[in-house]
Amino acid sequence: MEPILSIHNLSKSFMLHNLDKHIKAIDRVDFELQEGEFVGITGKSGSGKSTILKSIYRTYVINEGSIWYISKRFGRMNLAEASEREMVYLRKHEIGYVSQFLNAMPRTTARELVEQAIVEMGNGEDFAKQEAEHMLAHFELDEYLWDSYPATFSGGEKLRLNIARAMVKHPRLLLLDEPTASLDNASKIKVRELLEQLMREGTTMLGIFHDLEFMKNLCHREYNMQNGIFSAI
Amino acid sequence: MDDFDRPILSVNHLSKQFGPGCIHCSSGQSDSLIKNYCPTCGTVYACRDISFDLYPGEVFGIVGESGSGKSTLMQCLYFDQEVTEGEALIASYKNGEANIFEESSQQKRYIRNHQLGKVYQNPILGLRMGFSSIGNIAEKLIAAGGRNVGAMEARGRELLEHVNIPIRRMKEPPKNFSGGMQQRVQIAKALSNNPPILLLDEVTTGLDLSVQANVLDLIKKLQRELNISMIIVSHDLGVIRMLADRTMVMLDGKVIEYGLTDQILEDPQHRYTQQLVHSLL
Repeated sequence: MEPILSIHNLSKSFMLHNLDKHIKAIDRVDFELQEGEFVGITGKSGSGKSTILKSIYRTYVINEGSIWYISKRFGRMNLAEASEREMVYLRKHEIGYVSQFLNAMPRTTARELVEQAIVEMGNGEDFAKQEAEHMLAHFELDEYLWDSYPATFSGGEKLRLNIARAMVKHPRLLLLDEPTASLDNASKIKVRELLEQLMREGTTMLGIFHDLEFMKNLCHREYNMQNGIFSAI
Repeated sequence: MDDFDRPILSVNHLSKQFGPGCIHCSSGQSDSLIKNYCPTCGTVYACRDISFDLYPGEVFGIVGESGSGKSTLMQCLYFDQEVTEGEALIASYKNGEANIFEESSQQKRYIRNHQLGKVYQNPILGLRMGFSSIGNIAEKLIAAGGRNVGAMEARGRELLEHVNIPIRRMKEPPKNFSGGMQQRVQIAKALSNNPPILLLDEVTTGLDLSVQANVLDLIKKLQRELNISMIIVSHDLGVIRMLADRTMVMLDGKVIEYGLTDQILEDPQHRYTQQLVHSLL
């Protein structure tokens, strides 16, 4: 079967004009992901793990290489060359991204945040309301928090909301950038349960984890990143 | 493919110069220009070969420092200025086949009243400060051919309610209102004929933070509920980050960078954009 994501010769460096300096983040990364697979990436801070995810999500502009993805809507496409318009669509419908930071819209309640993610995909308001409540409850986010602004949340609460927002879309490809970094054990277990559920639904996932214990028995395969070089474990 | 790839507005090679140009500046291409100004003939090249597409329901951001040509571009699109060169096509006008800059002045008026809405940074440009607020809205409705007073008043009330102006104050002139309220009346007026495209030029600049938030929330709400396409010009990256999916960066009348908004903010390519992003916070 053709892999859902295949990355060839991916390199990314940053040109810092103010320092007149080139910084190489990742160098000729190659790997493939089969549909339904869960692949983990480990490595030290600053080794370039997040750069891979951000390049796939197109937050970063890559210098070299290709990122072939099989989209439900557009068929086989190179994400590095997709139009911005197509990327906006994919982000709303097919590719999810969860980071350790919550980029919440100001003055938007937790409930609205999750609802908007569902409405973005073309669902009705009633359905969105129902799904959002279901997801917030599943993450055991206290009900009194649902209608308050996430800016006031604790780190763990923010993260759970962040994951809920990405998961509620049931994305085809989910990118996880250290989603469990600041969670306590109970929350980690919650996240793990949800990831397992997504796996059963056939979601393909690529995740960065510091927490090796967490990754064990969850990922199908693992890669290690060291100084911008990528290798299978 | 289907309508996915069809922009509602397509701007191609738009240029606007103020001044005659001379042999030294050769239509803005020469290296002898100081930024976008020709020291020999005094011509300013405000917009140089600008192209972009706006898609249905999207918010498109334009950032750049003062004097980069953002407002001139918006003025050209709303016929406040005449372009020097270039074309703009609107999908909902003559099936997107007519360059709106070459239409008759009568047709331009039609486009302005039916296809576009504009909100200016300075409410004095968008409103008649001495007329009643509802009268300001009626003015745009009349310009678009409205004649039924009852229907226009009903529409005016509906719009003012939508932008949170208390109905009991609808007969008051905007000069009695605070800056934020004036912007909201402008937005109501711009929306009055249900235009598919809304042009927002620095609409929150100069407002205090809480009022800014209030206006931004309104814009966000309108975008969600009406699925209207918007161009938002701002030098405030925070505003762009909050509202726009895609962003274009201008400097000295030229476009130096296009991208997804988070890419512009996290991985800016151009020297100037990097400087701009580093100036944030």
